[in-house]
Amino acid sequence: MNSRKNVVTTLGGLIAASVLSAAAPTQVGFVYVSPVGDAGWTFQHDIGRKEMEKAMGGQVTTKFVENVPEGADAERVIRGLVTGGSKIVFTTSFGYMNPTEKVARAFPDKFFFHSTGYKTGPNMGIYNARFYEGRYLCGVIAGKMTKSNIAGYVGAFPIPEVMQGINAFTQGMRSVNPKAEVRVIWVNSWFDPGKEREAALTLISQGADMVTHHTDSTAIVQAAEEKHKENKNLYAFSYHSDMSKYGPTAQLTGTTHHWGAFYTRTVKEVLAGTWKGTNVWGGFKEGMIKLAPLNKAIPANVKAMVEKEQKAIETGKHHPFAGPVVAQDGQVKVPKGRNMTDAELGAMDYYVQGVASTLPKK
Amino acid sequence: MQPSLLSAILFATIVAGTPLIIAAVGELVTEKSGVLNLGTEGIMSMGAVAAFAVTVHTGSPVLGILAGMTAGMAMGLVFAVAALTFMANQVASGLALSIFGVGLSAFIGKPYESQALPSVATWNVPGLHKLPLVGHAFFEHQGLVYFSWALLAAVAWFLYRSRLGLVLRAVGEAPVAAHSVGYNVVRIRYMAVLFGGAMAGVAGAFLSVFHTPLWVEGMVAGRGWIALALVVFATWRPARVMVGAYLFGGCMITQMFVQGSGMHLNIPSQFLSALPYAATIIVLVIISHNKATIRLNSPASLGQPFSPEA
Repeated sequence: MNSRKNVVTTLGGLIAASVLSAAAPTQVGFVYVSPVGDAGWTFQHDIGRKEMEKAMGGQVTTKFVENVPEGADAERVIRGLVTGGSKIVFTTSFGYMNPTEKVARAFPDKFFFHSTGYKTGPNMGIYNARFYEGRYLCGVIAGKMTKSNIAGYVGAFPIPEVMQGINAFTQGMRSVNPKAEVRVIWVNSWFDPGKEREAALTLISQGADMVTHHTDSTAIVQAAEEKHKENKNLYAFSYHSDMSKYGPTAQLTGTTHHWGAFYTRTVKEVLAGTWKGTNVWGGFKEGMIKLAPLNKAIPANVKAMVEKEQKAIETGKHHPFAGPVVAQDGQVKVPKGRNMTDAELGAMDYYVQGVASTLPKK
Repeated sequence: MQPSLLSAILFATIVAGTPLIIAAVGELVTEKSGVLNLGTEGIMSMGAVAAFAVTVHTGSPVLGILAGMTAGMAMGLVFAVAALTFMANQVASGLALSIFGVGLSAFIGKPYESQALPSVATWNVPGLHKLPLVGHAFFEHQGLVYFSWALLAAVAWFLYRSRLGLVLRAVGEAPVAAHSVGYNVVRIRYMAVLFGGAMAGVAGAFLSVFHTPLWVEGMVAGRGWIALALVVFATWRPARVMVGAYLFGGCMITQMFVQGSGMHLNIPSQFLSALPYAATIIVLVIISHNKATIRLNSPASLGQPFSPEA
């Protein structure tokens, strides 16, 4: 009974799809984990959506649902988008992985793309960005700019993606300033401006003069801007978005996300029927990561150095986790002579040497 | 520990505790009158967005606080009409108000999400702020921090030293008796709910205009619920609200300092974050273990509707 129903839906879908592609524009759906807002993870995805819509001319229309909780609700929303006419759906948070996979199996003629996960299928691709490449360069700048040799890092949860950022920042900072150390505070929340701010102020009062974060609000850049009045050498690095509006003097630069080109390319491939599975993990080279405009306070020689390093990362000459990578406890994670593999990156659950804090116990 | 570090911890603890004190003292007065308003989270959100919007347009944080207060009172009025006039279930209306307030504030706040305010200057208490150790921690704050202390003192005095405070407590303990000697129970409860709403609104204003001068959806981040827990934790005593608020704030701040210092302490930060809630449950268990202690502490008619006709 069930399988017959599936066949009927599939046939119906195929007919509908072919009719649609001839006549009306294709609808592309997006699922967001938080409100679009004015900065942050979802905001950058929404910029990508708009860029894609513009680039595709009249060929597609887009639709998004924001503030969708991860889990069972997500499945309902994804199903709703598909039954509401979306042929392609992008789901933009890790917790949508299983719901996306489930709906993808139920609608084999539709296409699904899940961000930051690892499950794929014949009609389901995954995509992510190498945020750590940007973090490394921010670390290089921090290493050159710091006077106290202490950087402060506010993290949400110790998952590999966040660990990659902390460790890349530390590697970058120590590559130019071996005396530097990074201190980490976990706030156990992706989004709590009050707590993020307190964490940043705590780090600043403990001597950090370079602060950054892997949480979702602008509170830390804003706090640094305020404290910059007291300490002229206090600076911040933004994440997700350029937050210079919130910290015009204090933001040195930031790691920013750019999804538009990827969305356009993927939608084009699907429409042309040339799509053959997607597992994209792009960085500077693919334009998925960029540095926010550099602050005037960064000296010309540091600027030149960062540009050179960025080129080296783009061309693959340099990897932020080129061996030797040594963990905090002295264990050699990657020996000299090779780069960290993607699998090793995906399983990162330790601090590298140079991080002064201890990791919360599992 | 260096003195400067201790001073920084104390300072941050006081800042973190301030919105909790203001909201919890408001809720305490409401509950003392026998009304349980669970809408604090929503009221704080509305207060935060109203205060932020008005401060953006006028440039005046004082007007912002007033706007937060007004929005809080308006939310309180909605609750009072439902729960006191129409005698809807207080728990259900309060929860609905919380959800409604969080949602409505997000809707109203949409155009303000991209804006940032300059931070409000601190006001240093002349002379005192130069004291070693405690000077910075206690006397170099933004105005609302001092307001929270004054509020505590005023409410403590009101409840236990003034005639009207006695009436309010009588209404909370025995509404039928208060009614029979000629007090308008519903009107007094209205006043208490409006006051509670106003204070939750001010607490919201503190968050969006003073603490992190920005508006984003969900920025109250559960502080309204903590304030509710604090009232129970404090067994409905104003002075204990202050202790509780600083304990909650202190737990959060101290665990951050421990993390940031690189001290090798094997206590997961999640455990420290959960500690204040565990403390609240323990207090609840202790005061509920027999009827006498419950009677001694919680307002007897808490959460029960009262109708003068009945």
